[in-house]
Amino acid sequence: MVRVLIVEDDEKTAGYMAKGLSEGGHVVDCAPDGREGLFLASEGDYDVIVLDRMLPKLDGLAVLQALRSAKVATPVLILSALAQVDDRVAGLRAGGDDYLTKPFAFSELMARLEALVRRNNAPAVETKLSVADLEMDLLARRVTRAGRGVELQPREFRLLEYLMRHAGQTVTRTMLLEAVWDYHFDPQTNVIDVHISRLRQKIDKGFERPLLHTVRGAGYALRADA
Amino acid sequence: MPSVQTLRLSRSATFRLALAYAGLFGISMLLLFGGLYWSTTALIERQVADTVAAELRALADRYRDEGLGGLQLAVGQRSAGGSEPESVYLLADPAFRPLAGNLRDWPEEAVPDGSWTQLRLYRRDREGGPILVGARAFQLPDGSRLLVGRDLEARRRFQATLLRNLAIGLGVTLTIALAGGVLVGRRLLRRVDAVAETSRRIMDGDLTQRVPRGRSGDEFDRLAESLNRMLERIEALMGGMRLVTDSLAHDLRSPLTRLKGRIELTLLGPADPEAYRQSLEQALAEIDTIQSTFNALLAIAEAESGAARGRLEPLSLRELVTDVAELYQPVVEEAGASLTLGRLEEARVPGHRQLLAQALANLLDNAVKYGGPGGAIEISLLRRNGEAELQVRDHGPGIPEAARERVLERFVRLDTARSQPGSGLGLSLVAAVARLHESRLALEAAEPGLRVHWSFTRLAEGAASPSPSGKALPQ
Repeated sequence: MVRVLIVEDDEKTAGYMAKGLSEGGHVVDCAPDGREGLFLASEGDYDVIVLDRMLPKLDGLAVLQALRSAKVATPVLILSALAQVDDRVAGLRAGGDDYLTKPFAFSELMARLEALVRRNNAPAVETKLSVADLEMDLLARRVTRAGRGVELQPREFRLLEYLMRHAGQTVTRTMLLEAVWDYHFDPQTNVIDVHISRLRQKIDKGFERPLLHTVRGAGYALRADA
Repeated sequence: MPSVQTLRLSRSATFRLALAYAGLFGISMLLLFGGLYWSTTALIERQVADTVAAELRALADRYRDEGLGGLQLAVGQRSAGGSEPESVYLLADPAFRPLAGNLRDWPEEAVPDGSWTQLRLYRRDREGGPILVGARAFQLPDGSRLLVGRDLEARRRFQATLLRNLAIGLGVTLTIALAGGVLVGRRLLRRVDAVAETSRRIMDGDLTQRVPRGRSGDEFDRLAESLNRMLERIEALMGGMRLVTDSLAHDLRSPLTRLKGRIELTLLGPADPEAYRQSLEQALAEIDTIQSTFNALLAIAEAESGAARGRLEPLSLRELVTDVAELYQPVVEEAGASLTLGRLEEARVPGHRQLLAQALANLLDNAVKYGGPGGAIEISLLRRNGEAELQVRDHGPGIPEAARERVLERFVRLDTARSQPGSGLGLSLVAAVARLHESRLALEAAEPGLRVHWSFTRLAEGAASPSPSGKALPQ
């Protein structure tokens, strides 16, 4: 169970986010403006905050700066209608942990929120990652599946590392493009899918139980169970 | 009409300045003439006093040598003599009866203490009213009195002339200064009016208006020039904005219509959950298409707005090319084509990483789509004549020469059957990004295929030496 605070002035958007998150088993509070949002965020004990950038009474970035200067370190996902690269940079510089442009798919929001909560709870330094019999040695930069070595190119290594760090969660194509390639545009073709299928060839081929799953309509997930 | 003109003139800053200058001019003229007047009259007065003093000395000598009789004779002689017609004399006995001289009576106000006084007296030898005289009067030891003086009429006339000339001069100066001020002010006003008139017409909506320029290259011309440059920039930006809104209306209307139609049709049909689900999924896919068109248009707008130009940072084109090529390699191979990296020389340019990568991705996307099955795609980056030349070449049918300019525009698709997915915005984004980087983009026939020739003329500082930390190419 994750406690989520949604600071969003559009009632319908907030309503549908709250409904979706509640159905996913999370506890949701909503604030309709910046002042209320800042109050709830500093008082309540939330695992993650969804913060709209343009809010009445107190602007989203101002709320964020106030929170950070008050040493509230709760991860914040900024929602914005401003899509340009520089807007994103401004949002992250103000203390945001992730940036999502409207309109967005709900699955994208869910995936990003889960990633933020997970990141916040993850140990600071890890040298070994493992999912079922798939193991990654971050220092030696070596990957094995059931004890057998898997040859990966540098980018494939980073792709797998990201998937392993978010094992069990759904990660979207845009999350992968941002995290692994640092690009923020949407590629017209299925570039990510092809990279994933190549990776799948290397880690899943010849094994009875596949680890890298396609989540329909959302993205991918690396997990032990089917 | 004159009243309006005068009103405007009197409000004009130039005219007020001219008025102030005229005032300053007047005051300095007044000081100059006043000084002249004062010093001339002082000089004349001193000359008169000197003359009188000299005559008195001569008469005193005569009195001492020959007594009252001699003095009387001398005064008589001098009064009659024509050598000094401006001099006046009077010798009177203790009872003030005139003994000799050319004055009619002893003046009552004359105090015989030898001091210099100005008196109005009647001359015995001339008709007319009293004349102004500067004189000295003495009492002689025997009780008789002597007055020697000089006619000051000449001095008065000189002063009057001087004053009259001063007044005329002052008047002429002020008139000229004012007339000049009005003329210059009106001339400047006309040019300011031209600027105001132009801006009024622009505010009325005609953005093509420009401020008229003179040929002298003065301050006003420079002002007009920079205003015109600003207007051109604004017009270009407005044009871009209009194009974006037009394009949005154009390209979003039809998918929105399709979306609406699909939803309405589903609602008209039987309430079958499976049909609903299918329809909703198609609607979602349609919305994704709309969103990607929208994003492409916004990216073009970002590239074309001046704001992005200030945020270019030095980056390695070679790194960018290898990065994007590596991202696209699997897609290209999946499509049955091949992607070959030719020579990649180091070149650093001031660039916008995200937009450049997106532009390059669009070029590769096009090469995959239109390069034909099994088509080889080649990328190279060469330093030539201080420029960095990026080339992307496919082996497809190419683009007919007549259409090469047109495909860079928005929403132009040569593939009219729309057999390939795409918004028709790919190449226009590339063109916009090329403009942002002040680089040249050319589409050439490669016989067979299309060669996109992208020349970056602006290189980042220190680009001459190849970067020692150049990243190794991925295999």
